Amino acid sequence: MWFFSAEEKELQKVCRDFASRELAPFAEKHDHEESFNLSAFKKMGELGVLGITADPEYGGAGLGATAATIVMEEFGKACAGSTLSYLAHSILCVNNIQNNGSPEQKVKYLPKLISGEHIGCMGMSEPEYGSDAVGIQTKAKKTDDGFEINGTKMWITNAQYADVAYVYTRTGEERKNLSTFIVEKGTPGFHVGKPIHKMGMRSSPTGELVFDKARVNKSQLVGKEGDSIYHMMKNLDIERITIAGISLGIAQACVDQCVKYAMERKQFGKHIGNFQLIQKMIAEMATETEMMRTFLYSIAKEYDNGVRGPSVAAMVKLQIPKMATKIALDAIQLHGGYGYSREFPLERMMRDNKLNEIGAGTNEVMIMIIAKNLLKDMRD
Amino acid sequence: MMNELQLELKNQLNKFCLSKIEPHMEHDDETEEFRMSLFNELGSLGFCGMTIPEEYGGAGLTYTDSAIALEEIAKYSVAYAVTVSVSTMVQAIIYDFGNKSQKEKYLPKLTSGEEIGAFCLSESGAGSDAGSLKTTAKKVDGGYILNGNKMWITSGGIAKTYIVMARTGGEGSKGISSFIVRDGAPGLSFGKKEKKMGWRASPTREVIFENCFVPDDQRLLAEGEGFKVAMAALDKGRITIGAVAVGLAQRALEESVKYSLTRQQFNQAIFEFQGLQFMMADMACEIEASRLLVLEAAKFYDIGKPNQKIASFAKLKATDTAMKVTTDAVQILGGVGYTREYPLERFMRDAKVLQIVEGTNQVQRVVIARQLKKEFSKH
Repeated sequence: MWFFSAEEKELQKVCRDFASRELAPFAEKHDHEESFNLSAFKKMGELGVLGITADPEYGGAGLGATAATIVMEEFGKACAGSTLSYLAHSILCVNNIQNNGSPEQKVKYLPKLISGEHIGCMGMSEPEYGSDAVGIQTKAKKTDDGFEINGTKMWITNAQYADVAYVYTRTGEERKNLSTFIVEKGTPGFHVGKPIHKMGMRSSPTGELVFDKARVNKSQLVGKEGDSIYHMMKNLDIERITIAGISLGIAQACVDQCVKYAMERKQFGKHIGNFQLIQKMIAEMATETEMMRTFLYSIAKEYDNGVRGPSVAAMVKLQIPKMATKIALDAIQLHGGYGYSREFPLERMMRDNKLNEIGAGTNEVMIMIIAKNLLKDMRD
Repeated sequence: MMNELQLELKNQLNKFCLSKIEPHMEHDDETEEFRMSLFNELGSLGFCGMTIPEEYGGAGLTYTDSAIALEEIAKYSVAYAVTVSVSTMVQAIIYDFGNKSQKEKYLPKLTSGEEIGAFCLSESGAGSDAGSLKTTAKKVDGGYILNGNKMWITSGGIAKTYIVMARTGGEGSKGISSFIVRDGAPGLSFGKKEKKMGWRASPTREVIFENCFVPDDQRLLAEGEGFKVAMAALDKGRITIGAVAVGLAQRALEESVKYSLTRQQFNQAIFEFQGLQFMMADMACEIEASRLLVLEAAKFYDIGKPNQKIASFAKLKATDTAMKVTTDAVQILGGVGYTREYPLERFMRDAKVLQIVEGTNQVQRVVIARQLKKEFSKH
């Protein structure tokens, strides 16, 4: 984009190289085996992107949402599953500790998370509380020296690999009385439940976090007791912007692959790129992708500049993944039988992208947020 | 409106699929496993040769009946519905274009469901442009020598009877002839099993001919009449694939309604949100429209006046609907819809290829446009 800083342009190039070397060649294998590309994840630490938004004093890159979205797009082109794990680590865990943790908590957790020595995750959703996230029922009860946590967190990206979990709990009966804890692997009473098998994003591990009288020291409480709703909502904005970056990467990869194929594949004696039907599909998907790019990075840049219009993150999150699913479906269609086979990455991209219409708030919840904000002066 | 026989077929299949097929589908989708015994059982119930007359072991049913039956099977497994659909298409080819001895020799084992039939038209370089196929059949004493590779063959490797389109003459569609080739023929082998996004319980494989000898009496019709055979078969395939798409979409709708009535968020069943009600109302309406088109196309067949345009409408509309409905169904179930604990994500993967097989939906549009041109050029 024309408004990228020199640093952001350099980041884009470095991430593109990294993705083509460390992610793309292994994406099909990890998708098929439903396994995590741990070695690539560790190398992201060396690359310096695991703490993309964190302060340099803790080893972070000190960049913003625009930079994080650039990483998502470039990684997302190659392997969306690995990128989702990267997002759960860098945005849901690291960025949350950076913004809401105490200086002691930052010193304790950030350096190892940013170097890649530790892996992070975040626990918000529960089996019965998905779209209705504020209703969560995992309870933290005060004890002499800390808290006792009981409950189950569901759909947790990186659950099986996480050393550190950033967990939202309920500390009071009032709906908004939520508190957050940093829970370490090995905490008594805390364990990881069964892995969740998914349609796509299969190279990104998903599991449950189970708290059965888990004891945490009060030093693990993030911020003040009962004030988590505010930072929960705030982090959802950057989560929604960056996850849309994965969908943008997928859409761009689909366009690139379609252009290549239309110039190679011959039917009825000529390259299929000569047919208007194919031209229409390619022209439309390229145009849509360009719209997605302009929209997404404009909002990301505004976010970095502190201009945070109401519900724009929800608008980005609603529109971009939805358009990317359509583009990926059309890309498969354009490739016919080959698109449907696992020889080409398109069917994986479509499966992967569908998650982005569900995770980090479903399309329907985005509609609810956008509409509620637009209609906020309505009396009845 | 279904007649008594059709209701009976539907109920019988519902019972069978629910108890015998449904319990295996998640596992078999994951492991890419096809169970011949299940196909055999469908055969013994009379569902593997529905439209073939009883004298050859078929059930003597209409295309309308068969569309209803395929819809029901597809509600539980697109993979088995498609296996039945393709095998039935092979039977229709032999019945419509074969001579008496060919019918007597090859049909009974197919109609009974003891064996499966496969249709070999596509090649790596000839998909939508089927007329450009390169597999050759060279005339020799007493028969033909076939050479070439066929791609994307549904039931490749598990089928025993293959209908093969090969070139006996010059370039273009007029140089193509069709042959019956049996598994085990010298020079016939199978390439790699395709790894696919969906239809994973139904094997798709490359079929390879290397100096494969096929005797004269296994040629269908005269030399050069093969393309006609292929096109007639695809016309029927459009109806059956349409029926499969309707079944798949219907099931996805049923799962969506059931789930949204029980799932509570914000203190009410999510069904009560208008956003979801509108999605499901659209789904139901589109499915019914697709079903009626499929039945209309089938009816034209049953009265002996096949209508290519209506058949293309049915395939296009029903499969686009199945894609849209299954995608929305995953969305309605949210996180659990995306997991393999529920079958919705499989439905969505299975739907995509319906838009590609039996003529891609782009080709259907070309066919429809060609018919429109023809109709309007008459005046």
